[in-house]
Amino acid sequence: MATSFVVNGKPASTDAPSATPLLWVLREDLKLTGTKFGCGTGLCGACTVHIDGTRAFSCQTQVSQIAGKSITTIEGLSPDSSHPLQKAWLAEQVPQCGYCQSGQIMAAADLLKQKPKPTRDEIVEHMSSNICRCGTYQRIVRAIERVAREG
Amino acid sequence: MTKQISMKAALSRRHVMTGALGLSFAFALDNPLDNPLARAATLANERAGKALSPWVSIAPDGTITIMSAAAEMGQGSMTSLPLIIAEELDADWSKVRIVPAPPIDAIYGNPGFGGMMYTAGSNAVRSYYGPLRMFGAQVRRVLIDNAAKHWAVPAAELTTEPSAVVHAKSGRRLGYGEIAAFAEVPAKAPEIKREELKQPSQFRLIGKDVMRVELPGKVNGSIKYGIDVQVPDMLYATVLRAPVEGAAPERIDDAKAKAVKGVIKIVKLPYGVGVLAETPWAAFDARTLLVNAITWSKTGKAWGFDSEQGLQALGATARDLNAQASEWFKAGDARAELPKAATSMEAEYRCDYAYHAQMEPLNAVASVSPSGDAAEIWCGTQSQSMAQGGAAKALGIARDKVKLNDMLLGGGFGRRGPRDADFVVDAVLMSKEAGKPVKVMWTREDDVHNGRFRPLSAHYLRAGFDATGKLVAWQHRLAGDRVTPFFDPVRYEAGGRRDGILMNGGDLPGYDVPHQLVEQLYQDTGVRTAPLRAIGFTANKFATETFIDEIAVKRGIDPVAFRLELLKNTPRARKVVETVARMADWGRKRDGRGLGFAFIDYSGSLLAGAVEVSLDRANGQIRVHNFWCAIDCGVAVQPDNVVAQSESSIVYGLGLALTERISIKDGAVEQSNFYDYRVPRMNEVPMMHVEVIPTDNPPTGAGQMATPLVAPAIGGAIAQLTGVRLRHTPFTPERVKAALG
Repeated sequence: MATSFVVNGKPASTDAPSATPLLWVLREDLKLTGTKFGCGTGLCGACTVHIDGTRAFSCQTQVSQIAGKSITTIEGLSPDSSHPLQKAWLAEQVPQCGYCQSGQIMAAADLLKQKPKPTRDEIVEHMSSNICRCGTYQRIVRAIERVAREG
Repeated sequence: MTKQISMKAALSRRHVMTGALGLSFAFALDNPLDNPLARAATLANERAGKALSPWVSIAPDGTITIMSAAAEMGQGSMTSLPLIIAEELDADWSKVRIVPAPPIDAIYGNPGFGGMMYTAGSNAVRSYYGPLRMFGAQVRRVLIDNAAKHWAVPAAELTTEPSAVVHAKSGRRLGYGEIAAFAEVPAKAPEIKREELKQPSQFRLIGKDVMRVELPGKVNGSIKYGIDVQVPDMLYATVLRAPVEGAAPERIDDAKAKAVKGVIKIVKLPYGVGVLAETPWAAFDARTLLVNAITWSKTGKAWGFDSEQGLQALGATARDLNAQASEWFKAGDARAELPKAATSMEAEYRCDYAYHAQMEPLNAVASVSPSGDAAEIWCGTQSQSMAQGGAAKALGIARDKVKLNDMLLGGGFGRRGPRDADFVVDAVLMSKEAGKPVKVMWTREDDVHNGRFRPLSAHYLRAGFDATGKLVAWQHRLAGDRVTPFFDPVRYEAGGRRDGILMNGGDLPGYDVPHQLVEQLYQDTGVRTAPLRAIGFTANKFATETFIDEIAVKRGIDPVAFRLELLKNTPRARKVVETVARMADWGRKRDGRGLGFAFIDYSGSLLAGAVEVSLDRANGQIRVHNFWCAIDCGVAVQPDNVVAQSESSIVYGLGLALTERISIKDGAVEQSNFYDYRVPRMNEVPMMHVEVIPTDNPPTGAGQMATPLVAPAIGGAIAQLTGVRLRHTPFTPERVKAALG
């Protein structure tokens, strides 16, 4: 039975079994490969997307949970890399290998939506869900602070 | 778009330059299709206008295509290597586009690794710097010579501006694209003398920060890693490997796995069991059902191995002065001097196995021809040569029958470059079995269980002092798993059977200690090992820098002052030490906090680090508040990237120092995922303060050099705070509590 939902503003559907993680539907069926597979257990945050405007681990979200929901992936955050976080990420030269950065940016976007001017401690607490093995944390903080400051 | 030259036209012209600096460019075009060098030139032609060298093509519209020979795994080589060519070529950087070089060792191989295409050891800039400057200058000269001929003026009257040749006398100028359109390329590369290269003061690009070229695609999800590759008609697979290297599946009870919807077949491989499926989820589901359904052969050496007991045994071996050891490094005669010493000290240090934990789990895509006589592969690899060679070997075909598409790497840290190309072979074998293209992905659990680790090691150190208290003799006996013989037996044999991955960093470069002996006690536990960021330096500098610190404390000398005394003949090293002492305000005591220090000469890059920590004595938890670091890596091609790499190295070192630990029971890895292999998160990293000390010395590495500073510095800080010395990494809370007593 097909499950219908919305991805980046466009209607989508999948025939995948109901227990299939959303991550694989996004990556392999819808070819939205910006959302990454890192751990498969909700420990690293590389698969972070927004579901109805709030962050979620797509590897821990089953197809059965997304019927009628609206999903935003990194590809849908802005049409042309113009989201303030994307610009700040480049200004601070944040990414190294870059593999975790879609998830980092989606987690940060969720934070700023809830709290446009977070403190450093609030940034650190919110973002500690996401692992960056290249250790770009200090630059991630700087990029988020830049957006909080400059909007 | 760029004008393309037909293959026939390209081959009919002798458009490739020859010869320079140890990289062979010589080739004949008599039988071009059999000549890989000619194919490279052709490729460059097809990609963008005219190949002025195997490295540079220029299109009539001025687009300059530069080949990038190194793997990009976050360290920035995709920007910094082409930038070096662009500097001497005097290219307008905004007109440069970068493409991966094809896997042709003879042209693009890394001079630092015997001409193999291999990105490791933080040596891409170091090894390619000289040759790439020369290649850039040669292309610039060809453009100048062609313009001179075109205008009928002496070449000596011409100069260049970014992407243009200028004749000041007549006020004429020609863009590089315009010249390329009519340029004749000499059969032999023009000779450029070293003194004709730019002076560092003339650099426009080197030493100035540019946007790393691939970053825009890393903030919008568009950039493609190996795991993102999709090809038509592709199937999915995963492989459950034997827990012990050398074991094979004997009996497979696959009834449940086969019943998973979407599973196509279960495949017995020499080293594991593959699941071929229509979707990744079906493959992973079936894999879970196979976990306890396979009987493994008891072949392989590591069965029965226990890392706790193994480490005890290594420690006993290191301490046993009669145990047979081979000399790794010798200066003076430590064996003769140690017994004569007025006073002496000894200590033992230990390090556990550690896992790379690159964020992109291992994967590859392969498409093997129906008859198995050719293949195309897509993967992120640190070695194009080894990925292609490993795939060819698995199929029993020639290397040039494998077409490699090298993709970006979601982290490497040493894991993505083994000689056997384990993760590439998976895809090749599964595609052959499927008769279709197959993407093989490892689960995180498989990535951990089948990790290839930084070795287990025990270090026994002795120091001898003369009557005035001067440190004169030093012995470091190092017992650890073999690494190079396992991960790259070819390199081990070619390199005189020396295990540099285990042993590097065991000596004391820079320090004035006249008699030094570093000994290797070779162990083959059967455990899978690999180079891991900063290789032997992480364990060996933990041992040597901690011992230096212990000596300073025992002699009542400030640890920084002691290092400065030892470095009295090494001004560049003194400078990094003095810089960090200043940055950290070293002499200032902090309530409830300890300060620790470390120095390292890492293959010519000089670094010092200082750390400020506190300790929760009740639970043994160390908290790191600040880390100060100075690095002198000679010419910093991209200074901000040197800072970024140093920050990255510090965070990596923090994990190795505090939490990261692989343990082995009965030959199998006990950890599985990020819940029991704990890498640093944002709330655990200190404020990092990095200063790059620019010098005109030839560039040395920057990609991992700060990692080994962290553990000894933290250990020193805890000693300052508590008087207790930690001698076993990682400093887990249990170990800290036990040490505090």
